[in-house]
Amino acid sequence: MPESKPVLMQGNEACAVGAIHAGVRFYAGYPITPSTEVAEQMAARLPDVGGVFIQMEDEIAGMAAVIGASIGGLRAITATSGPGFSLKQENFGYAIMAEIPCVVVNVQRMGPSTGVPTAPAQGDMMQARWGTHGDHPVIAFSPASVYETYYLTIAAVNLSQKLRQPVLIMLDEVIGHMREKVSIPETGKLMVEKSSSNVPSDWKPYDEKGLTPLVPFGFGHYYHVTGLFHDQYGFPTGDPLQVERSLDRIHDKLKKYRDEIMFTNYIGHKEPRVAIVTYGCTVRSARAVVKKAYWQNRLPVGLLSLQTVWPFPDKEIEALAEQVDVIIVPEMNMGQIVGEVERYARGKAEVVPLNRYDGEMINPDQISEEVGRWLS
Amino acid sequence: MAVIEQLTQDFLRTKKLPHIWCPGCGNGIVTAALVRAIERADFDQKDVVIVSGIGCSSRAAGYLNFNTLHTTHGRALAFATGLKMARPELKLFVIMGDGDCSAIGGNHFIHSARRNIDLNAVIVNNHIYGMTGGQHSPLTPVGKKATTAPRGTLEREFDLLKLARGAGATFGARGIAAQPRQLEQLIARAAKHKGFSVVEALSPCPIAYGRRNKLGGAVEMLREMKDSSISVEKASSMDTSELEDKTLTGVLFSEEAPEFSEEYHKSINKENA
Ligand code: SF4
Repeated sequence: MPESKPVLMQGNEACAVGAIHAGVRFYAGYPITPSTEVAEQMAARLPDVGGVFIQMEDEIAGMAAVIGASIGGLRAITATSGPGFSLKQENFGYAIMAEIPCVVVNVQRMGPSTGVPTAPAQGDMMQARWGTHGDHPVIAFSPASVYETYYLTIAAVNLSQKLRQPVLIMLDEVIGHMREKVSIPETGKLMVEKSSSNVPSDWKPYDEKGLTPLVPFGFGHYYHVTGLFHDQYGFPTGDPLQVERSLDRIHDKLKKYRDEIMFTNYIGHKEPRVAIVTYGCTVRSARAVVKKAYWQNRLPVGLLSLQTVWPFPDKEIEALAEQVDVIIVPEMNMGQIVGEVERYARGKAEVVPLNRYDGEMINPDQISEEVGRWLS
Repeated sequence: MAVIEQLTQDFLRTKKLPHIWCPGCGNGIVTAALVRAIERADFDQKDVVIVSGIGCSSRAAGYLNFNTLHTTHGRALAFATGLKMARPELKLFVIMGDGDCSAIGGNHFIHSARRNIDLNAVIVNNHIYGMTGGQHSPLTPVGKKATTAPRGTLEREFDLLKLARGAGATFGARGIAAQPRQLEQLIARAAKHKGFSVVEALSPCPIAYGRRNKLGGAVEMLREMKDSSISVEKASSMDTSELEDKTLTGVLFSEEAPEFSEEYHKSINKENA
């Protein structure tokens, strides 16, 4: 690892720094609270590394420009929040369909609609999964700290390149604006996996044999890119066999590389009876509960935090449900991921939602209380 | 009669033909003019990128043998802006329909003009949404009928080139499918122009527009197009009363101004790129 020195940094800033360290050289976006610092950091930093920052005329254009730049061969990122995330959905789906790498950051705020722009929430988790139309695969990470934001951004950029799949970083207002001491390398050059325009002459952009790297435009491979269902050269097709194969293709790559996509972390008792499953800033309160219940009092309590929320960590939940009596799912929404947990617990454990949707964080006492009820 | 030479096969994906357009559609004429213009401009094939939106004319991208990017409805210029900023050496042609460019894509159009980014917009104006079967667009003339304006539209239409100029575009021209040679020359001039260039190509849609408005078939529509247009050169010696109801063709404006992608890349540190 390159040298590192501790600095005080905000989540949004860590996201920008992580992106640059992962080789991102293009940002396009539109100002929106509480994600604006990502744009501001990129505007300040990208010119110094020869990169492009452009503030677009709207959110939709921000997403479109990022895809355009990525087709040109630059690693590209955009950041937004709720209302902007809604606007980006169509082109986000385009990137999935056309298999164009890019990273989209959503610093979640309280919705629906304009909501409370400065209040945190985790209300866009299902939108992340199903916000764009059609039956599509999604990768979404949810960092719980400033440092996690940094390294998950790097992972997102590299994974996106490798799988030719857009990756979402579902931050929330708490992590985005919180300042923490982090130790990060001064240069991220080591973290960049280089893409190449040197490919075999029979290279096909959507090879039916499997994933191929994207050869950027301008290198003499005259392929077509479209949001229509397409054949292995990118040309539109309505042939049912090819349509089905195309859709399988974009889903299968996520299954094949599951191990590289799935980040979860368990802390607590080896044989827990009560488990907490959560993600994003709520992990912080849950961690405080486990600290007290397990580390201090040796109670059979554990926490499975999900850095990867989509694709959903189904096997991890299945395994956990085998072990425990109950899984408590605290979320700053009216209950979104809890439904998935229930689905994969398959009745093996009780699944209990714990929700807060007043624009405030779920505090450790709330979780403790619920945990206590199940231990007594 | 002038002989129009064969199109360069290298620039066409002949295996993808026949195209999907209706008989009598002007899209083929405009596409051919674009191909000839690219030839005339003498660009390296690998540097040329065709970006298009959604609609009948935007399907042209699939038939052209370059790097081609068929985007989402209205967003072609926004995709193209990202690509041009990432790779300023590429030559981008952005094909859009009238609805695509001026309705859903209107915001990207005016901001591309404002930035004066070096993109060549070619707007195929058939005055109608053709692919969805004939709804009125912001370029449907007042009084003309459409499926969503069965009694004739009451909305006033944009003058696309005035809009572009007002927003900061530095090159604007209008050609017609009835005069493919001129159209080709206009697109070639636009291609050589540094900055945001707009070529509006009037094109007949006999199926979704002509029929409903009793304009006849493709031949009649082309003839009417020719009769009602006049070149800016000829028009300069005529007075306004004579020019009423005439559509001006040719280069309507051409100016110099700083080009955005070049200015940006001059301003940044290239050493660490
Ligand atoms: S509907 Fe009109 S514009 Fe579309 S292909 Fe047919 S004639 Fe051409």
